[in-house]
Order: sequence, then structure tokens, then C-alpha cells
Amino acid sequence: MYSKKVMENFMNPKNVGEIDDASGIGEVGNAKCGDIMKVYLKIEDGIIKDAKFKTFGCGAAIATSSMATQMIIGKTVQEALELTNKAVVEALDGLPPIKLHCSVLAEEAVHAALWDYAKKNNIEIKGLKPPKEDISH
Amino acid sequence: MKTIYFDHAATTPVRKEVIDKMYPFFNEFYGNPSSIYDIATISKSAIEDSRKIIASVFNADAGEIFFTSGGTESDNWAIIGTALANEKKGKHIITSSVEHHAVLHTFEYLSRHGFEVTYLPVDENGKVKIDELKKAIRKDTILVSVMYANNEIGTIQPIEEISNICKDRKIIFHSDAVQAVGQIRIDLKKTGIDLLSMSAHKFNGPKGVGALFIRKGTKIDNFLHGGAQENKRRAGTENVPGIVGMAEAISLAYENMEEKNKKIIKLRDKIIDGIKNNIPHVKFNGDPVDRLPNNVNFSFRYIEGESLLLMLNMKGIAASSGSACTSGSLDPSHVLLSIGLSHEVAHGSLRITLGYENKEEEVDYLLQILPGIVQRLRDMSPLYDEFLKGEGDKNVQ
Ligand SMILES: [Zn+2]
Repeated sequence: MYSKKVMENFMNPKNVGEIDDASGIGEVGNAKCGDIMKVYLKIEDGIIKDAKFKTFGCGAAIATSSMATQMIIGKTVQEALELTNKAVVEALDGLPPIKLHCSVLAEEAVHAALWDYAKKNNIEIKGLKPPKEDISH
Repeated sequence: MKTIYFDHAATTPVRKEVIDKMYPFFNEFYGNPSSIYDIATISKSAIEDSRKIIASVFNADAGEIFFTSGGTESDNWAIIGTALANEKKGKHIITSSVEHHAVLHTFEYLSRHGFEVTYLPVDENGKVKIDELKKAIRKDTILVSVMYANNEIGTIQPIEEISNICKDRKIIFHSDAVQAVGQIRIDLKKTGIDLLSMSAHKFNGPKGVGALFIRKGTKIDNFLHGGAQENKRRAGTENVPGIVGMAEAISLAYENMEEKNKKIIKLRDKIIDGIKNNIPHVKFNGDPVDRLPNNVNFSFRYIEGESLLLMLNMKGIAASSGSACTSGSLDPSHVLLSIGLSHEVAHGSLRITLGYENKEEEVDYLLQILPGIVQRLRDMSPLYDEFLKGEGDKNVQ
């Protein structure tokens, strides 16, 4: 069902955890599929220094959380904003079609964390939209 | 790695004795049972012998057993056939909210074709509420369909009571017994079920074959139209090897059943107690007493079932979360929602269903690795964090 890459990222996910003094925290969720994702970002001088996550969800959700956080560490805020779920899925060698929506969550969680960061620091990140308010738990 | 198979409610391995009985009917006695030469008459009498064997298990008459392609066809036939044959009497039909999709989707189909459906609620253990059934029955009710035992949570329904209520009111009663047949004794002379569905692959028989019991005198239309097979009730060349295999499998399943069930119940209860005693924040699902001998169902709070299954699979254990058929959609199981679980708790369910070939060492292995897997997933879960922080707040207060 899942690619080798997905299983690797699921069985040994990178960046699981929290950041105590996070610059931005984003939580998005979809109670229907049963995936809730929380992303913590440490941002210094416009660069993502660290990213951690906690995810309640299926194999695809955990694997995309792991992959997305790996992909944004070291990137600029603008680059992180441009990370698409498509790029994350490609990096994982694909997901079953029915699981594609789980990967959208990783992109949304990163955006939500960036939004939180921008709000806290009173800055504007070009192209960033406010996160959807559909966390239901 | 050897697979430890704990998903017998999904399907079961075919027993060697069953395969041996089936084998000659593939290439030796391959004749079409409707033909008149010798190899065909051997097929024909093999079918009739199988019918007698299966009927005797249920204390039914051989003429009341009709072979089908499996549980789904039996359910479709029973429900649609009854609805169409009795629609002049009324167009109200009743089922429960915890049925298998083969029943639920068939009722939905009929509701799009002019029938009115009532879905009975269940209590927190998954049992149909008898009062609700009595309230739901109307003058124009022609059919009640309630499963014998639930495929996800193992709850055995109050079939005797339901059948008496239907009998008193002359309403046809169908029961999807796909999960019950092969695990518990059913006496169809004693219990007034009019239509009963079964499927061979749930009791170590082959896939693609099942049967529908139709009590003599039950008004029901045919479902598959064509040739004159099955006493002109079900068209289509018979699945002779499958039918022979089904009869052998059912005989084996009911041989020393009480003794075998004692062993399976012991393993089942060891798993239930082991999970309750060693893993915190779990919810036991289903009825503690009226329960299939082989079924264990728990929800593990703060984690999601699919990741749990994937981790178990990596350790060689095959189990299920909700119904295997449910995984195609992304909603949590309708059964778990019907017994009142929240979406999140329903998503964290694990079903373990045992078979005759499971051993105590396998159960011990499961109990040894499960707490660690659950904890690993909880350590990744934001919901578990929230719970821990909530506990912290409480401690401060
Ligand atoms: Zn998912």
C-alpha cells in the first residue's frame, strides 16, 4: 500500500517533538479522516532553524509530517511557504490516491505555524493566508 | 517473518481437509450438475449431500438451504427478494444501524426505490433496543433484518426476542449470520428466523460461496434469474467445489464446538485482560457477555488505528481497525459511532479476531509488544500531549 520511503518515515519519523520557545506553532486537523497535526517552528533571521511535529493520524499523515519538517529546515520563511504537499508526496515516492488529502495537512500545518509567527512578530509574509479553523476535537 | 493472523472476522485460511474434499471437483468430477452423464451426476449428488450436511447443522430441512456466491449475495437476495415479493402488503422495512454494508447499502438502495427504512439504534454495547423495534413496527412493515452477531465488536444480538416479535406480527425476519455461523450453534427449528445468510470463508471454507436459508413458506422473489438451478430459485451453474468445501468446513466447525470455543474464549479473555491491565486509556468495545468467542475490540485513546495496524504489521501481526470494508472510505466505522464513540476514539480502534489455529504463544507475543507500540504512537500524538497537560493543570489545582 505504501512506498518504502513512506514506511521509513513512518517507522522512524524525523523531528518528532516540541520546541519550547517556538517562534510559531500551527495546529491543523481533520477529525473525519482522523488526522491532527501540530508543527513547531524555530525561526531566526528569516531562516527555519528547527521544525518539530506531533501528529495524531494514519501512516501517511505521520510520514508527511516527518518529510515536510525535514524539507523546510534550513529554508527561508518564503521558501517554506512555497513548499507544496505535491513536493512532499513526491519526496515520499507517492501516496495512495485515497491518502493524498492527509498530505495536504502537512502543508497547512506549516502555513499555520508561519501565520502564528507572522502574527506574533507583527510582520507580513507575502502570499500567506490565514489558516482554516476546522480543528475539531 | 511468520505472520500471526488475528483477522478471522475478515476471512479465514481454508483447512487442508476442506481443500482435499474440493480438489476432485475441479478436474475429475467437473461435469455441469445440470447434465445427465455420470461425472455430472456425481457433481449433482455432491451438491445435494452438501445441502443435507449444512441443513442438519441448523436443524433445518435440506430444501430450505440455497447456495449463493457468498454473504453479500445472500443478504441482497433476502432483502430485495422479500421487499419486492411483499410490497403490496407494505413498503416499510427495518434494520439496525450496526449492520454490515451488504445489508445497509441494500436498504439504502431500496430506500431510493420507494421503500421506507427505519434504522434501529443500539445501546452502548451494540445491542438493538427491543423497545425501539416494537415502536418502529407499523402496519405496513414487511421485513426486519438484524444481524446475528456484529463483525466489528462481536456483540450477539437478542435474536430470539426479535424473532418472536416478528413472528407475532407476521413480519419476515432476516438475519445476517455471516459472523455467527461456524462460531455459535443456531437451531432454526427453535428460533423463528425466516431468512439466514452465511458465508463459507468465515469458517475456514473457500471464498465465493455461501448460502441463504429460506424457511418453507417464506414469500420471497428470486434474485438471480436464468437457469433452473437450486430448485429454480437461484440461477447460475453451481460452484461445485465451493459447495463441497463449504459443507466440509461447516462439519468441521461444528465438531466439538463447545470444546474448541472454550479454548478460543480463554485466549480472547487473556487478550482482553492483558490490554485492560497493561495499557492505560483504553475503551473496551462490545458486549462483555453476549459476545462472539473470537472477538476482541478496543479503542486506544489519543492514537489512530491505521498507524497501529502498520506497526503491528511490521512485527508480523495481522489485525484490523474497524471493518476492512470501512478502510475504503475515510470515516470511522459506523458501528463504533453507533455505540456512541467520538470520531477520535473510533479512529483508535483495534479489532483482533481469533481462529482455531491461533496459539497461546501468539497471544503472549501480542501482549508483549502492544503496550510499547501504543506508547510510541502516543508519544507522537498532540492529543496525548493535551491530555498530559490537562492532567498537569488538574494536579496544580
Ligand atoms: Zn490520514
